Amino acid sequence: MAELVAVIASTHHPFYYKASTATGEDRPPFADEWVRKVEAFRETLTRARPDVLVMVGSDHFHQLWLDNMPQFLVGKAPVYDANWYNEEREFGLPRMVLKGQEDLSAYILREGLDAGFDLAFSNELRIDHSITCPIITLRPEADLPIVPVYTNIFAPPLPRPKRFVQLGRTIRELVESWPSDQRVAVIGTGHLSLELGGPRQFGPHGPDPQFDQKAVEWISSGDIEGCLAEVTLDSLHAPGNATHGFMDFMLMMGVAGEGRKADYVDTYDLFHTMEAYFTWYPEGGARP
Amino acid sequence: MSKYLLDKFLFTVDRDAELVERYRADPVGTVAWWEAEEANRILNCVGAEQSTWLAFDDEEREALSAHDYPKLFELGAHPFLTLTLFIAMFERDHGEPLGFQKEYARKLAHFSLPYPDIST
Repeated sequence: MAELVAVIASTHHPFYYKASTATGEDRPPFADEWVRKVEAFRETLTRARPDVLVMVGSDHFHQLWLDNMPQFLVGKAPVYDANWYNEEREFGLPRMVLKGQEDLSAYILREGLDAGFDLAFSNELRIDHSITCPIITLRPEADLPIVPVYTNIFAPPLPRPKRFVQLGRTIRELVESWPSDQRVAVIGTGHLSLELGGPRQFGPHGPDPQFDQKAVEWISSGDIEGCLAEVTLDSLHAPGNATHGFMDFMLMMGVAGEGRKADYVDTYDLFHTMEAYFTWYPEGGARP
Repeated sequence: MSKYLLDKFLFTVDRDAELVERYRADPVGTVAWWEAEEANRILNCVGAEQSTWLAFDDEEREALSAHDYPKLFELGAHPFLTLTLFIAMFERDHGEPLGFQKEYARKLAHFSLPYPDIST
């Protein structure tokens, strides 16, 4: 069976690429420390020596649109082109091409359907910064095949938080039962408190530092029950109007497991939003 | 009232560099053209299979024609779509980094929770 060698949850800040590659006067004062933190985080994936990456993210109205909106979608293609004109325009993100791990996509789709998730699929998926940002931060060589998993955290009605946790648990079971000798890492990105297009956007910190603190505690201690007891679709409006992206962190807590403390935790308080980085090494995985 | 159609306008303009410039330069003309020619296009279908029923109401048409993003927020347009497109059109007019984004927040400062519903 395949081996789950690392579980990684991260924010996906689209400005990292620009900040980390800027030089001279264009380089923001927070860039050096940010790069240092990201490179340390990257090492937690490198050490696990993965062969395949399952990448959980969310399309930001790029390919998925309101005339045909899936709640959970798995990419099944040999190749994924990546990043879009408006991401190039606003964030300076480069166009990328990633290989797909089609047999694992097929396995997750078949077994996921049988496990009670009516997963949508795509045979031609252009992925966006929710997946390319963690490639840039964690695996800039972009040399490993991926299975993209998209969640709807964006266009209501949304699945409830519990469903994200359940899908995370199922993804873990499916990776661990995949008949293969590959080493798999599951990487998912979301947000802590975040406001986009609202009055609390682009402040000196995230819109709700108190929520961020609580969220980091839930994630790093694996406190799924505590998190589920407090977080609802309604409650997520309070910390910021784009905070539903936190449900992808909850999905990753489901992958990591109830009560599983993260082996690596780091945060970085930036303008607009707090960065947060977590790595778990499952039992039998490549704990350093 | 059609939040969906507001979102469809923002979505289809934002992804097309030429339309972004056209909407910046001529909002009234672009909105009128778009409503007449594009509003009923189903995005993954050929032209012959278009819809028959989509139109803005006056308030929506006015908000789009005036580049009135606080009004779009009030009408429940998806804030991510509005923000992304308006950054593309107007960030260039502001000298300091994030100048437009901060002004945008200030212009929405009179809104408090719960924000207008964005469900479509």
